[in-house]
Amino acid sequence: MSQSFRTPAKRINPHGAAHAGTGHFIAQRVSAIALAIVLPVFVVTLALSGAPDSFAARSYFASPFGAIVSLLTLTAALYHMRLGLQVVVEDYIHTVATRTALLVLNSLLAAGLWLAAAYALLTLAL
Amino acid sequence: MANAHSRPIAPHLSVWRWHATMLSSILHRATGIGNYLGAVALVIWLVLLATNSEPLVGFLFEGPMEWVTRIGLIALTWSASYHWFNGLRHLAWDAGTGFDPQGSNLRSLIIIVLSVIATAAIWFAALTGGAS
Repeated sequence: MSQSFRTPAKRINPHGAAHAGTGHFIAQRVSAIALAIVLPVFVVTLALSGAPDSFAARSYFASPFGAIVSLLTLTAALYHMRLGLQVVVEDYIHTVATRTALLVLNSLLAAGLWLAAAYALLTLAL
Repeated sequence: MANAHSRPIAPHLSVWRWHATMLSSILHRATGIGNYLGAVALVIWLVLLATNSEPLVGFLFEGPMEWVTRIGLIALTWSASYHWFNGLRHLAWDAGTGFDPQGSNLRSLIIIVLSVIATAAIWFAALTGGAS
């Protein structure tokens, strides 16, 4: 009657899933849809701009179109790649200390790169 | 520790015959990591341009480093192209379509070919239509 179907592992670790996976899944797909649209626009217009010649690249990033497309693409890309590398680290790195350090580094790097990219694009465009 | 190692593990990569979907799955991860490195490089280039660091920009794009940088950019273009095409397939999978084994194998090969064609087209445009 009162027989428990819980496994021994479940009894000592009752917390189960973190219930944060669905948000991660959706965010990964939404940023993927954004990139499906903006990445080709960014790559093709940058390729035709005359970059990597310094003068041509600067005038591309300084143009309203170039600055906005670059900022949209890098924002979506940095968000998407932070989520993606998080999964790679969680899949392959099993030592808790190393995994935690890499996850924190991944988050800080993505956020720092976004701020640096936004600063650089605003400097070039304004 | 002993318990963790004695448990069954999957997939046994070494006993599987290689097939196209297996390659495309591994490539999706590999190109994702490649694109991460490419985005880091792209932001560094933007900061160099914004801070007027001409000697460093010149070092990367002129002289002996010119073709090293260009080959890196061509590799990044292919990596981003492949991840873009295969990402569309992942979105289709998420919508619940495209799981048949034969069709999946065929689409894996089509995606690899398309990513090479896209890379060639982008670089043809860049080297002929661009200013330099």
